[in-house]
Amino acid sequence: MTKEDIKKVVLEIISEIAPDEDLSNVQSDVRLREQLDLDSMDFLDIVMELRKKHGIEVPEEDYQQLASLDSCADYLTPKFAGAGA
Amino acid sequence: MNSKESSRIVITGIGLTAPNGNSLKEFRQSLLDGVSNVKNIDMRYIGEVHAGVCDYDTKKYQTRRELRNSTRAGSIAIYCSREAVKDSGIDWDGVDTSRVGVYIGTTEHGNVETENEVYNISQYDYDVRFWSHHHNPRTVANNPAGEVTLNLGIHGPHYTIGAACAAGNAGLIQGYYMLKLGEVDLALAGGVSESTNTFGIFASFKSQGALGQHEDPTKASRPFDSSRNGIVVSEGGAVYTLERLEDAQTRGAKIYGEIVGYHINSDATDAVLPNSERQKECMFAALKKAGLSPSDIHIVNTHATSTPQGDIQECKAIREVFPSESCPDTRINNTKSYIGHAMGAAGALELAGNLPAFEDGIVHPTINVDDLDPECALPNLVINEPESRPEVNTILNNSFGMLGINSCLIIKKFAE
Repeated sequence: MTKEDIKKVVLEIISEIAPDEDLSNVQSDVRLREQLDLDSMDFLDIVMELRKKHGIEVPEEDYQQLASLDSCADYLTPKFAGAGA
Repeated sequence: MNSKESSRIVITGIGLTAPNGNSLKEFRQSLLDGVSNVKNIDMRYIGEVHAGVCDYDTKKYQTRRELRNSTRAGSIAIYCSREAVKDSGIDWDGVDTSRVGVYIGTTEHGNVETENEVYNISQYDYDVRFWSHHHNPRTVANNPAGEVTLNLGIHGPHYTIGAACAAGNAGLIQGYYMLKLGEVDLALAGGVSESTNTFGIFASFKSQGALGQHEDPTKASRPFDSSRNGIVVSEGGAVYTLERLEDAQTRGAKIYGEIVGYHINSDATDAVLPNSERQKECMFAALKKAGLSPSDIHIVNTHATSTPQGDIQECKAIREVFPSESCPDTRINNTKSYIGHAMGAAGALELAGNLPAFEDGIVHPTINVDDLDPECALPNLVINEPESRPEVNTILNNSFGMLGINSCLIIKKFAE
């Protein structure tokens, strides 16, 4: 799975968690919380959906890696590869 | 803050959702037209059951994201509270939100979310890593009231009042107390039910032999009918804005009625079986606080839930408190015959359905009585057709619940 694919996966999860948000102009290199109305519970939802849908575990100490789409892609690429996705 | 014990407490706004109406106007019209709207729904593990389900506009006061995180009870409480505030005509931007209290009665809370989460992890071989982090904020007992404060930006006290099926009245009584004590200047008080979303409530009533059934779901809830066989579980809510009379008058508010009497007591006899002696004492105590005689009451809205024994016990109590010979102007009715048992919302919703009688003088009937049970044949029971009265100035509202809790509320048409 490419980094662009992973960004799409994360955006798809966010679209379910924050269905009122316009995700058409999310910038990859800007922190998600600076662009979208997301709180700490929403980030836990992202972690849960990665676990449920893709079998990927994000330990608490790594939550900061989910700050932006770019950092998500960098962090999750080896995990998706490891999960065989 | 000084106590305001001399103050009179009045109802100035009503917001509600019931299976047959999403505003007081719609609800009242359904009660006068004999519209029930109880339906069959598919219930997890059980199959088809009768239920009273609400169809209010969930997106009217919550975004889709807020709804995703909300509980059904929270959503209902928010809808009803916002509708009540709107109905009251209060200038919300000018309200000191630290002086607003939220007091929401609930029969139970947390069953829905817990059942959903157990089902959810059953899909993952009971691996608790898949248990939602939303479970705790959704299941804490104050959830429905707390969601109202989040939605409306209220900074005063909030909590739910767990009082089984007496909770709707108990919520109103709590709001009354807090206004009298001077703890708040505006109370959002009433009750909510999300019980149609929990299979456990249905399954427990079924195991108890107390789940109502009929080939026509709209006739399943039939208090006082000889063939009645149990409860129809419903969801819904009713929230009122309560204020001290002087505050309501200062802002020129419409006044629906005044809370003049109330009482709560306990049977201490059985977890589920009612006790007509304690019910009778509860009504007498409320009348005493109101300074009224039984003959002064124009409508007694019964709690009766359509169970064989429960209805008889309440009729026995009413017969003794309101003998027809000495109470010729007292009429008796029942609202569950339309909407089923809205649990924590029941007392508050049923009161709302009767308050318009102060204006139109009509007593809505108890419907679905095809064959009146002789043991429930109260002489002044209004059956199947509405009855117009020369005047309706007082309503006594009964709500009883499991563990032997009885509540009684008396509302009087406002007069200076």
